[in-house]
Amino acid sequence: MEYLPMGGSIKMIDESLKLAYGEDSEFINDKRIAAVQALSGTGACRLFADFQRRFLPDSQIYIPTPTWSNHHNIWRDAQVPQRTFTYYHPESRGLDFAGLMDDIKNAPNGSFFLLHACAHNPTGVDPTEEQWREISYQFKVKNHFPFFDMAYQGFASGDPERDAKAIRIFLEDGHQIGCAQSYAKNMGLYGQRAGCLSILCEDEMQAVAVKSQLQQIARPMYSNPPVHGSLVVSIILNDPELKSLWLKEVKGMADRIIGMRKALKENLEQLGSPLSWDHITNQIGMFCYSGMTPEQVDRLTNEYHIYMTRNGRISMAGVTTGNVAYLANAIHEMFASLRNNPQCSRSKSIHKAPSNPYP
Amino acid sequence: MASAAFTVSSPAASAVATRSKVLRGGKGEARTGCRVGITRKNFSRVMMAVAVDISRFEGVPMAPPDPILGVSEAFRADKNDLKLNLGVGAYRTEELQPYVLNVVKKAENLMLEKGENKEYLPIEGLAAFNKATAELLFGADNPVIKQGRVATLQSLSGTGSLRLAAAFIQRYFPEAKVLISSPTWGNHKNIFNDARVPWSEYRYYDPKTVGLDFEGMIADIQAAPDGSFVLLHGCAHNPTGIDPTPEQWEKIADVIQEKKHMPFFDVAYQGFASGSLDEDASSVRLFVERGLEVFVAQSYSKNLGLYAERIGAINVVCSAPEVANRVKSQLKRLARPMYSNPPIHGARIVANVVGDPVMFGEWKQEMEEMAGRIKNVRQKLYDSLSAKDKSGKDWSFILRQIGMFSYTGLNKTQSDNMTDKWHIYMTKDGRISLAGLSLAKCEYLADAIIDSFHNIS
Repeated sequence: MEYLPMGGSIKMIDESLKLAYGEDSEFINDKRIAAVQALSGTGACRLFADFQRRFLPDSQIYIPTPTWSNHHNIWRDAQVPQRTFTYYHPESRGLDFAGLMDDIKNAPNGSFFLLHACAHNPTGVDPTEEQWREISYQFKVKNHFPFFDMAYQGFASGDPERDAKAIRIFLEDGHQIGCAQSYAKNMGLYGQRAGCLSILCEDEMQAVAVKSQLQQIARPMYSNPPVHGSLVVSIILNDPELKSLWLKEVKGMADRIIGMRKALKENLEQLGSPLSWDHITNQIGMFCYSGMTPEQVDRLTNEYHIYMTRNGRISMAGVTTGNVAYLANAIHEMFASLRNNPQCSRSKSIHKAPSNPYP
Repeated sequence: MASAAFTVSSPAASAVATRSKVLRGGKGEARTGCRVGITRKNFSRVMMAVAVDISRFEGVPMAPPDPILGVSEAFRADKNDLKLNLGVGAYRTEELQPYVLNVVKKAENLMLEKGENKEYLPIEGLAAFNKATAELLFGADNPVIKQGRVATLQSLSGTGSLRLAAAFIQRYFPEAKVLISSPTWGNHKNIFNDARVPWSEYRYYDPKTVGLDFEGMIADIQAAPDGSFVLLHGCAHNPTGIDPTPEQWEKIADVIQEKKHMPFFDVAYQGFASGSLDEDASSVRLFVERGLEVFVAQSYSKNLGLYAERIGAINVVCSAPEVANRVKSQLKRLARPMYSNPPIHGARIVANVVGDPVMFGEWKQEMEEMAGRIKNVRQKLYDSLSAKDKSGKDWSFILRQIGMFSYTGLNKTQSDNMTDKWHIYMTKDGRISLAGLSLAKCEYLADAIIDSFHNIS
């Protein structure tokens, strides 16, 4: 139980980099990545935000609309100015790709962008591979810095390599990226606070310098990170049998969620809902941005005892074979009663959602 | 933007690979200069993009090694058999091995059996831990606990607790400054610097007596602006090992009360200093009894040997329960964008140990043994020094000091001699960690100290 180094467990860091950057990544081989163990995703983002403040004091961060609410708190407490960029398209419950690209182009050159690597929280809407390539290209044109928050690697599609695709595209295109990784969901280590922050640097010397400065930020915050979760992670990832067991389990978790998405959509269709529910299966990860208004959510809660955030975000992790019919029924009935009582608030007409990025 | 258009047919996979090579640059080469972007297959627009690649991190210098944690690194690199690590304050057995308490192993086995899940703790941490830790610190029967006047948040050991409090001070007392002892634990200054809380020092260590400069301490606390925060080590002052006497604590409380200062205790060694949990908390309890509002940072790194689990708490004793609720809510708002919620493992260990009378008793015993070993080592070191040093120098300060550390009175050059000639690793301020000393090595250490003290200036 002796103190870990300020930068955390080397073993855990090494394995984390392999997951994010690829087993045979040249950047790992060339030792170009400055990486430290961090307090899950939150801690990784906070270290990066503080690093930005200290060494890139003129920089700001562009955050997608919407995003996990704590992103705003993190960069605010780190005193880095924030801007937002277009992301979610409410009418289609999908990606506002044109708006997104416009905002990327209009941002001053060299801006810092926060990107969700996969399974966008809260919308579940991810760019397609093609769209990622175009985003990456435009980033190159504008010399923007991509900071990836990857909280769901493996948990989104069931395949960690696939879920890291966006990052790999950016790496191929020669970007120097930052990346926050979390083991909260994909290893279920929520309360252990196990994560990793990495920054791809020019060369080994710079990586050593950057890492030393990340440690300087960590030391007066918590001295060194907690050991327990890091031990679990490094033991699992270092042992081929355990790792393969993990890959199976994480696929199992992801499959269950994907199955529930299918079931919910099918249930709604079978109930004869006239609305389009394609977005349920088009979106990915833990969350479904249903498109319901706060008032509609309130009705589900008050009349059907279904709890979700008032932005209409459903945590699919809470849906089971035992309750999916109930949920579909409640949603269907709620909308039906709205149609029969037009003076109540209605959702706008729902357009067909874009095709599934992960067929 | 300036661009030249050129047509490119829909690129095949090989062209994509080519593009990747163009953009990547060679191994280890500085990636400056221009890069050419090639269109993607699905666009009709064609552009040549020019981007200049100069690293954003050019201006990031190499940070200096940590003065405390860097000592262990140097020790590890030393190949000499006689080497001794008296740097970092981590307890070692007589065999100079790290020590996992038996009661901790018991608690962990129990936890495995129970098979509890790993869900997020609330931002303020594990409720059972928070209750146990406040009771341990203030005494279970303390009125402040019964009245619900203590805001307690589980935090990342002592450092994390101090940092939360510092962030709170910065936000809600932006005009205030913190007074810290001279000397103090090195990381205190970093914490307040990073939290952007101004600090100044009060006199503490008197090199002439190798003891407490009590008059200087009182004068400096008196001279500070009203409403300053005064950082006090609850017991076993780090790095000196010199604690005020009970009478001196009363006088310190007097002047703090008079100046309407806020007492801010760092309690990293409760139980570890004297061997008694209650005795080591007496300074904190003295202040609380006076009805003062108090900040207390706690750590279980040493007394439960939970170093790497990062388990501690920030406690704020407030004038009323309603105040405590408000303070707690704001501490949570500071914690959320730092780490969201604290790690569970250490909290569960503490809650299990403190919550079970049998295990609690076993813990107290093991703690007494650890503190006892340190006291024995102090005695042996003193005996060795007194026997070997013919100069008549009074080494009894070693016996008067308490806790893991001893401030030897050696200066930097002398400390360097300890390392360079004797392969004894310590911090350059003359601090040795007795936790890293065995009875067997006391004579060797005495020889080294005598040599460094008398032959080096």
